[in-house]
Amino acid sequence: MLSAQTFGDPGKMKDYHYTGPVEHRFSPYAFNGGTVLAVAGDDFAIVASDTRLSEGYSIHSRDSPKCYKLTDTTVIGCSGFHGDCLTLTKIIDARLKMYKHSNNKTMTSGAIAAMLSTILYGRRFFPYYVYNIIGGLDEEGKGAVYSFDPVGSYQRDTYKAGGSASAMLQPLLDNQIGFKNMEGVQHVPLTKEKAVQLVKDVFISAAERDVYTGDALRICVITKKGIDEQTLPLRKD
Amino acid sequence: MALEDLCHFRDIFQEDITTERFSIASAISSQESPSAFPLPTNLPFTSSQTVPLPFPMAHGTTTLAFMFQGGVLAAADTRSSCSGLVACPASQKILPIHSHLVGTTSGTSADCMLWKRILARELRLYQLRHSRRLSTRGAAKLLSHMLHPFKGTELCVAATLCGWDGGELFYVCSDGTRLEGMLFSVGSGSPYAYSILDQGVRWGLTVEEATSVAREAVYRATHRDAYSGNFVDVFHITSKGWTRRKREDLKEEYYREKESD
Repeated sequence: MLSAQTFGDPGKMKDYHYTGPVEHRFSPYAFNGGTVLAVAGDDFAIVASDTRLSEGYSIHSRDSPKCYKLTDTTVIGCSGFHGDCLTLTKIIDARLKMYKHSNNKTMTSGAIAAMLSTILYGRRFFPYYVYNIIGGLDEEGKGAVYSFDPVGSYQRDTYKAGGSASAMLQPLLDNQIGFKNMEGVQHVPLTKEKAVQLVKDVFISAAERDVYTGDALRICVITKKGIDEQTLPLRKD
Repeated sequence: MALEDLCHFRDIFQEDITTERFSIASAISSQESPSAFPLPTNLPFTSSQTVPLPFPMAHGTTTLAFMFQGGVLAAADTRSSCSGLVACPASQKILPIHSHLVGTTSGTSADCMLWKRILARELRLYQLRHSRRLSTRGAAKLLSHMLHPFKGTELCVAATLCGWDGGELFYVCSDGTRLEGMLFSVGSGSPYAYSILDQGVRWGLTVEEATSVAREAVYRATHRDAYSGNFVDVFHITSKGWTRRKREDLKEEYYREKESD
């Protein structure tokens, strides 16, 4: 998450210097922290999140995972403001049921992504403060990751990190999965075991350097057999 | 689509436009279409201030389009930046609307993506109701009028519509501008792109020459503008529709140039 320094006067940390009289307004938003990650492979997808729920300097909960199962082949990870995450997932669940009843089939990952984009844009002038990443299998059985911004812009990726430690994790994923900025390396396709190990390592690093990430890691591995969940402890400090 | 499957609807507009009329009234059943897209038609609750956002929006780009004897060429970079962080290095800024119309996007990426989707839906409905495609001029006017209720809000869409039939290149902006022209460049990198284009674009260019001018303009703009970069996409629109050139990594071009120095 970008610090206050980047928005305010550079060289003066807004929280520690007197910058003039400030009017404090009620803000309907709060930042509850958390990091979400999704990786797509040839026949699998992984969605992982930490389980810490924080606000300011406090931790509200150490067991609040940010991955939500939508269908048998799709999992969504939502981080940002927890209140909006809960409401958004309720709305998505309701729309999934409505689709199922009207069309007699389950929504595909691509369709859920397109629908989520319109749900988010419907609140263009009072947005949901949620960074979403959808991971799942597409109609052909290949892994798919769709990443969103808070107002509904989305696209399909191979890997994406979102949330408080996203700026730290994304370059690492670019290098390890996308083979960016490396010369003369063989591009080997990612296996499921290697991807899971990479996700674990990456979250351990994120917990070291980001205060809002830690406590435990929840990994959901989506294959055509179903969704397999594992939990791993992380730093609690 | 589920409704299409149920009605066994055959889409005649996938092929080239034919002049014969086709009655599609029989194909459409009496069922209601799925729930409409929740368009944000309500204006913000106060006219002066909206809720201050705790996050920055994605902005900043270089896009360009021009007309020449071989059709219309559109090019854009692929960097989507968010106040200092590159949110996406491989976003798509040139979005096809239908087989003969392509729109470049600049401004807030969410606004551009969604409004293009709405425009594509409205053009498709027009096509189904009137058995012919709406012209590019008409599409530009439609987009401009759809954006008008949001004038004064923080919506930021600056698109150039590049199409084939009737009036080919239009620039539409969310502040109300709608212009027809032969050459447009939009975005934070546009001054740099204009300098290359003003020097290199003539009516009589071949397709290869035009592609290389467009690519060069985007490359120079990405070199000088911090908010543009990564790859370049080039689309070419002719009477047969749009074709897309393979996305090119500008990092390679930069190193190629360095080596030849």
